Order: sequence, then C-alpha cells, then structure tokens
Amino acid sequence: MRIYRALLRLYPSSFRGEYGEEMCAIFAERLRGKRGFFATIRLEIDALADILPTAFRSHMDLLRQDLRYTARTLTGAWGFTATAILVVALGIGATTAAFSITDHVLIRPLPFPRSQDLIALWENQPHRGISRMELSPGNFRDWKRLSTSFESMGACSTFSMNLVGTGSPERLDMAYVTWELFPTLGVAASVGRIFTAGDDSPGAAGTVVLSDRLWRSRFAADPNVLGHKVILNGDPYEVIGVMPGSFRYPERETQFWTPFRFAATAFTDRTDTYLSVVGRLQRGVSLASARAEMQVVAKEVERAHPKENARTGATVGRLHDELSRQSRLLLTVLFGASLGVLLISCTNLANLLLVRALGRRHEFAVRLALGAGRERVIRQLVTESLVIAVVGGALGVGLALAAGPLMVKLVPDALPIAQTPPVDLRLLGFAAFVTVATALAFGVLPAIRVCGEAASAGLQADARAGAGRRTEALRGALVIAEVAASVALLIGSGLLIRALWRLKDVDPGFRSDGVLALRTELPLPKYERTDLRVQFYDHVLSEVRGLPGVSGAGYVSALPMLWRGGIWPISLAGEPPDPADARMVSVRYVTPGYFMAMKIPLLAGRDVASTDTQKSPFVAVVSESFVRRWWPEENPIGRGFRVANDDRRVVGIAGEVRVRGLERESEPQVYLPAPQVADGDIIGYIPKDLVVRSSVAASTLLPSVRAIVGKADPQQPISDVRMVAEILEAETTPRSVQARILMGFAATALVLAGVGIHGLLAFGVSQRTREIGVRLALGAQSSEILSMVLRRGILLAAVGIAAGVTIAYGAGHAMKALLAGVSPADLATFAAAGAASLSMVILGCLFPALRAVRISPLTAIRSE
Amino acid sequence: MRHEIEPGSLLPLPPATFHILIALAEEDRHGYAIIQEVAARTRGEVRLGAGTLYRSIQRMLEQGLIVEVRERPAPEQDDERRRYYRITTFGRDVAKAEARRLAQLVRLARASGLVAPQA
Repeated sequence: MRIYRALLRLYPSSFRGEYGEEMCAIFAERLRGKRGFFATIRLEIDALADILPTAFRSHMDLLRQDLRYTARTLTGAWGFTATAILVVALGIGATTAAFSITDHVLIRPLPFPRSQDLIALWENQPHRGISRMELSPGNFRDWKRLSTSFESMGACSTFSMNLVGTGSPERLDMAYVTWELFPTLGVAASVGRIFTAGDDSPGAAGTVVLSDRLWRSRFAADPNVLGHKVILNGDPYEVIGVMPGSFRYPERETQFWTPFRFAATAFTDRTDTYLSVVGRLQRGVSLASARAEMQVVAKEVERAHPKENARTGATVGRLHDELSRQSRLLLTVLFGASLGVLLISCTNLANLLLVRALGRRHEFAVRLALGAGRERVIRQLVTESLVIAVVGGALGVGLALAAGPLMVKLVPDALPIAQTPPVDLRLLGFAAFVTVATALAFGVLPAIRVCGEAASAGLQADARAGAGRRTEALRGALVIAEVAASVALLIGSGLLIRALWRLKDVDPGFRSDGVLALRTELPLPKYERTDLRVQFYDHVLSEVRGLPGVSGAGYVSALPMLWRGGIWPISLAGEPPDPADARMVSVRYVTPGYFMAMKIPLLAGRDVASTDTQKSPFVAVVSESFVRRWWPEENPIGRGFRVANDDRRVVGIAGEVRVRGLERESEPQVYLPAPQVADGDIIGYIPKDLVVRSSVAASTLLPSVRAIVGKADPQQPISDVRMVAEILEAETTPRSVQARILMGFAATALVLAGVGIHGLLAFGVSQRTREIGVRLALGAQSSEILSMVLRRGILLAAVGIAAGVTIAYGAGHAMKALLAGVSPADLATFAAAGAASLSMVILGCLFPALRAVRISPLTAIRSE
Repeated sequence: MRHEIEPGSLLPLPPATFHILIALAEEDRHGYAIIQEVAARTRGEVRLGAGTLYRSIQRMLEQGLIVEVRERPAPEQDDERRRYYRITTFGRDVAKAEARRLAQLVRLARASGLVAPQA
C-alpha cells in the first residue's frame, strides 16, 4: 500500500488531491481479493503499468492548459512580453557567442586521436631568458633516440615556397616534416599515402602531400592527382597524397607538406634551431614523468656537446596548451563578461516577472480561494517564464550566430583548428541548458514569493496597496546586482580600451603610411651566390625607384613584427667571447634605401651603401639601444663587434624599431649589408621583403612593380602583398575586436540596468499613488515628492556602483597581463564609468519621478 | 454549459471513455463499481486501471459527459472515500453517436468480406 501511495506522487498534486483517496480505496479493495506474495507483486506491477503512462499524460494535459493560458496572457501584454523576450535574448545571445569561441579554442580537444597525449617539445635556455626554442636536427635526433616516454616523435618547420606547375606561379605557406610526423599525430591521407621512412632520406626523390584546400583550388579535386609533377622552388616533386579537409597543421594556412631530406651535415650545427617537435606519449606514461625524463635526456645531450648545448634544457607541455597565455586570458575575460551580461538580463527578467506577478495577485488570490493548489499556480507561472525563456533563447542563438563574423577574428591563426567555430549539438545544448536554467531559477522565485503573498493577503479589497516589504527588498537587491554588474563591465571594458589606445600610441620605430610591401623569396640553389642576389635587388630597386611617386625602396630580410626571431649573440671587440652569450641582437640584412623607405631615422653615421660589397670591409648599422646598452659613454662609430661569424665595424646608428611587436621589449637591432655574406651562408636571412614608399595608390603601383620583378626574373613569383600599415593594424586587431565586443556587452548591460531601475521606481510610484496624492493634497511641494522618489533610486544605485567598483578593481588585477601597463585602478577609467552609470541612474529615475510629481491629488484619492 | 458542442465533435471516443459511459448508462456508480462493471460486461477482457479511470473521469467531467452526484446510498453500504458519477444527457448523445459510428464500421467490414455476415 505504501508503494502505491508513493507511486501516486507521480501525478500532479491537483489530480492527486482530487482522486488520490479513491484510487487508494480501489487498490485496497483489489489487494483484499489477492492471496499470496506473487499475486500482490503482480498487482503492484499492474498498478505501475497503469500509473506511469496516465501520470505522464496528466502532466501533459496540465502543460497544454498552461501553454494555452500563457499564450493568451502573454499576447494580451505585448509590452511586457516583448521586453522580457528581448532581455533574455540579449543575455543568452552574449553567453552563447562567447561560449562558442571559448569552447572552440580552449576547451574542445584538438582534432587528433587521443589528442591529450600529444606533447610539444622545446629547447630552453633559462640563463638567456629563453623558455621555448625550436630544436636543431642534431638535438632532435638525439632526443628521439634517448627518450622512452614517447611512442613516436616528429618535427616540422614552416616555410613558403614557390609552386609552379598548374596555373600561374604562386607562393604558398607549407611545412617541411619528418616522415614520422603524420603517424605521430595519428592522421592518414584521404587520397594516396603519407610519407614513409624512405621519403626523407637525403637521396630520395622529392615527394609532396597536398592539403585538401590546395587540391581543390589548384587541381580541381582531380582524383588522378597522384603522380602529378610540380615544381617547388625550381625542383621537381611528385604528389603522393592529399590530406583530409579537417587537417590543419601546424597552422591553418599550411597548404602542403614535404619531407626534410636532411644531409649528414645538417646534424652537426646544433645552434641552427628550426624544428618544432611533437611527440605522442606512450600509453600509461604521464606528462610529469615524460617531462622528468626529458630533463635527463637534455642533460645527457649537453654532456656530449658541451659548447653548443651549454645549459640547454627541455620544455615539455601538452600541444593543446600551446596557446599563448594572453590569448587564453583574453577569451576567459570575454566569457566572464558574457556571464555578467547574462546575470543582468536574468535579474531584469526576475524583476519583470515579479512585477507582473504582483500585478496579478488579486487573480491568484481568487484562484487560490476557489481551490486551486499553490503548486498549480506556481506551475503556471513557471510555464510562462519557460515560454519567454525559450522564445528569447531561440532569438539569442540567432543573435549569437549573427555575431559570428566578428567573433571569428578572435580565433588565433597559429592553432591547428578551423577558423569558424562549429554550430553543433554541443553549442545548442549549452544554449538550451542556459535557457532552461534561466527560466527555472528566475521564474520560480517570483512565482513562489507572490503566491505566498497572495495566499496570506487573501481577498482583501486593498490588497493592491503595498507589495510586501520582503518583496520590495528583494527587488531592490536585484537592482543593486544589475547596477554592480554593469559598472564592473563598463570599467573592465574601459580598461581594455585604454590599453588598446596605449598600444596604438606606441611608436613602432617606422612610418607605415603609404608603404607597400611584397615578398620575393629567392629560391635556392638558384640564388645561392650572393652576387646573383645582389644583381636581382639592384635591378628591381633601380627600376622601382624610377616609378612616378616613389620616394624610397629597399629590401630587408623580413619586416619587423612579421618576423620576430633572427636572434644572434654578439661579442664586443677587445673582449673575450662571453660564455654565457648574454648579449643578444636581432639581425637583419638590408639593401640601401630600406631605412628611407620605412622612414627609420638615421641618428648618426651613414646607411649601408652600394660600396659595401663582399670584398670590402664588413660593416654594420646598429640601433640606439645597442649603443645605449654596450657603449653608453662612447662614440660607437668605427667600433667593432662580432656577429654571425664575422667581425663588423659600426658605420651608422638607426632609430629603435619594435621588432617583437608593440607590447614586448625587442633586442637591439643590427643591420648588415645584403652583399656582405659568404655564398650559401646564413640562408634564412636572405632579404625577401621589398618595401616601397609611394604617394601613388597601391593598386596603381603594384602592377608596375610586378612587371619589374617579372623582367628581373620571369620565374620569380610575388607573394604576401600588403600595406605595412596592415601589419601594425594586425598587432592590435585581437584587442580591438575584444574591446568592441566588451563595449557592446557593457552598453547592453548599462541599458538593461537602466531599464531595471526605471521599472523598480515606476512600480513603486504606482503603488504609492494614493499616498503621494494625499501628501500633495496636504501641501507637500513637488520637490519633496521628487526627492522622495529619487532618494530610493539613488541610494540603490550608489550601493550598486560601490559594489561594482570593488568587483572591477579585483577583476582588473586578475587581468593585469592584458592591460599593457595601464593601471587596474586607472582613475580616468573609473571616473568615466562612474559618470556613465550615474547618468544612467538619473535617466532611469527621471520618468517615474516626473510622473509622481504630476499626480493629481483628487484623481489619486478618488481612484480608491 | 457544453450543449453548444456537437456530439460528433468528440468522436472518435477513446475506448475507456466509451466503456465508462456504457457502465453509467443504467445507473450512477462510483469508481470501483465502474471498473467492475466494465470487467463484467467484457468478460474480463477490458480491465480499467485506476489511473486510466480517473484521468478519463477528469476529462469527461470537463467535457460535460458526466457529473458528480451528491446523493449517496445508505451509510452501511457507503464508503466516504467514494464519489458517485452520473451520465448526462449530452453524455448519452455522445455515447449513441459513438455506437452508431462503430456500427457503421462493422457494416463496412461485413460488406468487404473481412467479417462474416451476421447469422
């Protein structure tokens, strides 16, 4: 019998209250007629089979009733319904958009099997402040041989190459790989095969694997592409495979892969570091133990090669965690901000529902008096808030999808993932979860509260006057929360905008306006001889300088901020070489005219000149930080130092350039004349970026420059055409996107909070209409009424602002790494945010206050 | 009350509803009695569960097919937990309409040879 009573609880309580006793009586009657244990069990099972479906259907009956009723009441109150739906849509839209990016970049595993076992390995040299450095082939081979924690290890290095063969020559991003890389990642070709051990031996024929994108764009997805011959940097390669469309490694833009084919000599120079290494952990081996083992391995290799590998250790971490700390923080802040918006919209919704429910107290009181259970009324109110939440949630998902194109700019290029976050069940599931949680959490509360009040107030005629004190306090608390959250958001985004402006103000060291850049990467071995390259540069530069409107042109190894590496140790003349190699500079080879084209000032001495040849004394132009650090009190012109295997004499001092970007400290720069390098030496630094300063539009200039390059070498393609100004822009793009999004969130939050305050005060005024009328009739001044109304609003806002400022201060410290030197307690930002909030508060209070003052005392009293 | 509604608009009736109307056609009954009457008439083939019964009763009350009655039997035969139900005129009309519909279906089945003609 107890079991049967327990089963009856599956029915809605209204049904149970109506028919429960009878059903128990029937069950008892049936039980009386049964004898034996099995007969009783059989009866219970029959009861279960009867109760389960009918209970479900009873709930569905109630739901249908509630939905019909809800549709009627909501369409009868369009203002409320539209506001509530919009409020929910904004909150859920913001959160869904932020979640889709955060999930895509931070949470989802990389698109490889058992991706948590993929480990990135780097060399480190802590004494030089280097925590991550690529490996040399020699070190890679030894690390692979000596370690046991990994079932396989592979390496790659990114380059660009000229592809000739189908269509016009094109310069494409590609990667050299060791043959084990693809098996380590756990990927196979979708067409043909991936590389095997034979493909990367020195004498092997050239083989290439295409990306799906390249296969479709250049080869029209030809199924017979295997065996096709292409020319890469002048050499023939055979296409042996095509990778699946979802495979992007190591970067999104990598278009094809070819094996390294190391010569024996590649393994001897252990300072030539260019391999990015990834390993797959053996099953059962933890990251910690692999890390410990690699320290031992690094030590062993150091012992075998004490000079090149002095104090060189191993940095070991999960491939998925390779995202920069800044990017991670940026996304976390974004997600946190979206939760702030959600919170505000939820509290707004709760307030709206509460007010609406309060207005219907009389209706509820009547229903309760007529015998409706409290649960029934609450159920109906919750259904109402669910309907609002579902419609708002759907609209919010639409808003999030519409914001997609803006949000994708936050997806870092350097991760092997797609640009656009997927819209799949996971995302929709998240949105659905937030929607339902919102409805339940913020719909149930008002419902319960108002029902309690309706029940206790009963059917008193003036039950309309005065909502319960506790409800008013609750609503006040909700408004405080809204104001606090919006103030915190305002301050947070204000700080980030200040950081952005500060970065934009940083002097990069060159003038980017009107400068066109393009890349002509001269292939080897065709251009291995220095004099051939110099011939090419001279030809191109002399003709480009003759074009109308051009005021300067020059070549450089690579533009600042595009290439942040190229670091060498130096030793000053007259000093023994520093074993710690603590003096590091960034080295670039340039032609005459580079400084002029980039408007990098020459502070003393001279530029590199055409007279600085392979046969004349080797010279260098250094940056002012070079002089400041190492020859502070002396005239540096004529002084000597050694870099990149040659002794050099300083002939000029150039202005400082921010090679490593606007946010980081750069090493001092050293510029070497392009001809002053031995044939075949230091090939990674061969000048490839041409810069042209011109008053003519790039669209007019470019064809002429292409023609000139084509005349100098018809086989030489041009790639990476851009304005130098775009490089600077790109430095701040993630920040400016983030700032825009956060500002959007903050503005939304502010408006919502203003609406919240307005609603609260307007309701308060309508509740106190009679009281205000009486006061006015008794001679109260308008100013007294005004201050009575405003006092409440301003008090709540003041508490909210204080709370918001405190939260913002804490949050500012937490995201200090993103603030580029702006203080988390930046007074200007706090003041501006405070002023904006105050204005919002005053606006929100204004209309209710004015309405209160305009109350006619006679009408107010008569309305009772 | 509900007599603006055409009896035909409620057809086809759920089987449980039809059985309950038949059980109430001759006299008022309480819930358990309805269950027993239906079982007896169908020779045990239709056994209404209490849940099915009361859900149907709830709907039939809303639709005006039955009403709850106040008159109760003599105390010694009564159980205060029981509630008694009576078929309304509208309920009778609906039951008749359903019966006509079912009879029409049987005629169609006989005409097509699916069912043997009545002896």
